[in-house]
Amino acid sequence: MPIHYEVTSVTLDEIKDLVSDRAITGETMLINMGPQHPSTHGVLRLLLEIDGETIISCLPDVGFLHTGIEKSMEGKTYQQVEVMTDRIDYLNTVGNNLAYCLAVEKLVELDVPPRAQTIRVILAELQRIASHLIWLATQALDLAAQSVFLYCFRERELILDIFELVSGQRMMTTYIRPGGLWRELPPEFEDAVRSFIGMFPKRIQMYEDLLTKNPLFVDRTKGIGVISGEEAVRWGMTGPSLRGSGIDYDIRKVSPYSGYEEYDFDVPLGEYGDVFSRYIIRIQEMRESVRIIQQGLDKLPGGPIRSDNRKFVPPPRSDLGTSMEALIHHFKLWTEGYNAPEGAVYLPVSSPRGELGVYLESDGGPKPYRVHWRTPSYGNLQAMPILAKGHLVADLIAIIGSIDIVLGDIDR
Amino acid sequence: MGLEEKAGNLGIITTTLENVVNWSRTRAMWPLLSGLACCAIEMMAAQSSHYDMSRFGMELMRASPRQSDLLIVAGRVTNKMAPVLRRLYDQMPIPKWVIAMGDCASNGGVFNNYAIIQGVDEVLPVDVYVAGCPPRPEALINGILLLYDKVQGEKITHWS
Amino acid sequence: MSDHIQQAAETIKKKFKAEVSMFRDQVTLQFDKVHILEVCQILRDDFSFGVLTDETVVDYWQRKEPRFQIVYQLHSREHDARIFLRTPVAEDDSSTLSVVPLYPNANWYEREIWDLFGIRFEGHPDLRRLLLPKGYEGHPLRKDVPIKVEETRFSFNYDDIDLGKPRAEE
Repeated sequence: MPIHYEVTSVTLDEIKDLVSDRAITGETMLINMGPQHPSTHGVLRLLLEIDGETIISCLPDVGFLHTGIEKSMEGKTYQQVEVMTDRIDYLNTVGNNLAYCLAVEKLVELDVPPRAQTIRVILAELQRIASHLIWLATQALDLAAQSVFLYCFRERELILDIFELVSGQRMMTTYIRPGGLWRELPPEFEDAVRSFIGMFPKRIQMYEDLLTKNPLFVDRTKGIGVISGEEAVRWGMTGPSLRGSGIDYDIRKVSPYSGYEEYDFDVPLGEYGDVFSRYIIRIQEMRESVRIIQQGLDKLPGGPIRSDNRKFVPPPRSDLGTSMEALIHHFKLWTEGYNAPEGAVYLPVSSPRGELGVYLESDGGPKPYRVHWRTPSYGNLQAMPILAKGHLVADLIAIIGSIDIVLGDIDR
Repeated sequence: MGLEEKAGNLGIITTTLENVVNWSRTRAMWPLLSGLACCAIEMMAAQSSHYDMSRFGMELMRASPRQSDLLIVAGRVTNKMAPVLRRLYDQMPIPKWVIAMGDCASNGGVFNNYAIIQGVDEVLPVDVYVAGCPPRPEALINGILLLYDKVQGEKITHWS
Repeated sequence: MSDHIQQAAETIKKKFKAEVSMFRDQVTLQFDKVHILEVCQILRDDFSFGVLTDETVVDYWQRKEPRFQIVYQLHSREHDARIFLRTPVAEDDSSTLSVVPLYPNANWYEREIWDLFGIRFEGHPDLRRLLLPKGYEGHPLRKDVPIKVEETRFSFNYDDIDLGKPRAEE
């Protein structure tokens, strides 16, 4: 397909119902923010109608990172699809793997051994901390606190080191597989995680010392970007952005997966639904994640890390030399894949940004017939016009940061 | 620096103009602050405390293309984003260089479909390709050092 | 199936001749597309399905008639229940009613469906392309559009494909 070198523009005709009448007469100004802008967290484009510095309306324009992942997934077998799941929400790679694997397991009715489930929870929570660290780093950077950015990335490196230890990759781990995990944990894993969670609560305290009572930060976040609980629900917001408005809803609590019901943790709730509430919630969530990881490590059971249902899960590499049957299973699984029963499943998990759901439809063959990702940032960004209305352009930066969007998550 | 030993007592060194200009270009290369996808996160990691790209004179990421001379295409380039990227490139002052960071920017990576451009070299002239999905920060730094080597070897006729 | 979902399913089944099916504990109601607004109204107001979590399309090209099925997913926070609605949409009349009046967040989901599958939504306030650029022709997630755009390169055809690729100029 030839590439068009024209930048897509929006004409006033197309959006005349979405802006106020004053924009048409030229009384207010329409300005474009993004897609190349340091504070839009990627390639988000916002069309703003402003009266002086005040935002009258805000129209997000997404799709600059539309990757066609759902289409590409239709051409791959169930094992191959997983490689692409990492790249959807690239700050929550383990969580995406988990959501996809749980959906496949639900579709083909596959059981996962308890050891694998506990390791999944530990890794997913580490990933939640890493994601919240990136959020904190960029939010603070947008509000001109550069040192927090450097500190957060310092801690994030430690988590990525753990991922690398486990899977050999820093970000795109693909360590969680349908039916269990890719391989056994290395012996250094437990020490690495324990030393991280031993140190990390003090670091959270350090971030809080820098920001929570800092008047520069508080003035720019309190009372900004307020959304009521009802509105947030109506607009389909999920995750910390919804809980900031005081709505108690977390998938980990209401429909637990991977054994989350066995862990003792709280779901922090905000009161005011503003940027500051959402900040406090994410900070608290990091503390809760540390608690979950601690419990997971303490009870980490022994046993296999993969289901032994050879119809769906490949045999261990060591068996291939001795067992003819294992060799056949291995060959069949990696050449043809496996057939999933006809039907459609939806499986939601709690990503750091909210409800991440996988809709997986099978036609009975080895490739998924349709995969749809219900991503949290997509829902959260839709409420952007309500959050931004009436605020100053400078506050918009804080608001975009506070709903923690990832453009890969929105555009897919 | 070791320079004074070479210069001797006179305080004068003799070299070619090419050397001096190319050297000064590599020592203050300002990248454009523009991230597209996953690789942008690794680019941020390369900027931050652990990897610290400013060791190579690159601590200033500029948000305006008018003030930058290196475009790091960090992530997959979509059909919708390509014209924007081209416009950013066109706005950058000469001399300018492009690094395609990651597999998606180099050749489309795992995404061979309707939305993704199969390599950013269809839109921009690329100087250095960095492999990896995403490349580690060390790989990006290595790519930048490769670019430095390339710039160092540029002839006066290439400057134009 | 919980009592709450059962009640809701029974009501819709009686009133709109919906087919009720269950797969892996998920209840799906399939009915004619003209009833979608009424069904959503009942489910939202009487059965507290207050959130539209997801809306998407499955394309059954050359497999089923009618070709498309729109899948709505409603969620009730009070009962923690999920219910799936499916409305078939034919290819020659690929339009259906928009649920934006009931669920405002359907806005982007429906724009995305129009963008990627080419199904129109009547009563939608702003039906523009969402993800693809403005001048894009076609609706790429339909099954009759090929998945790959570039042939896979191997050692024997590498050079041919490489030469055919467009290259940018300075």
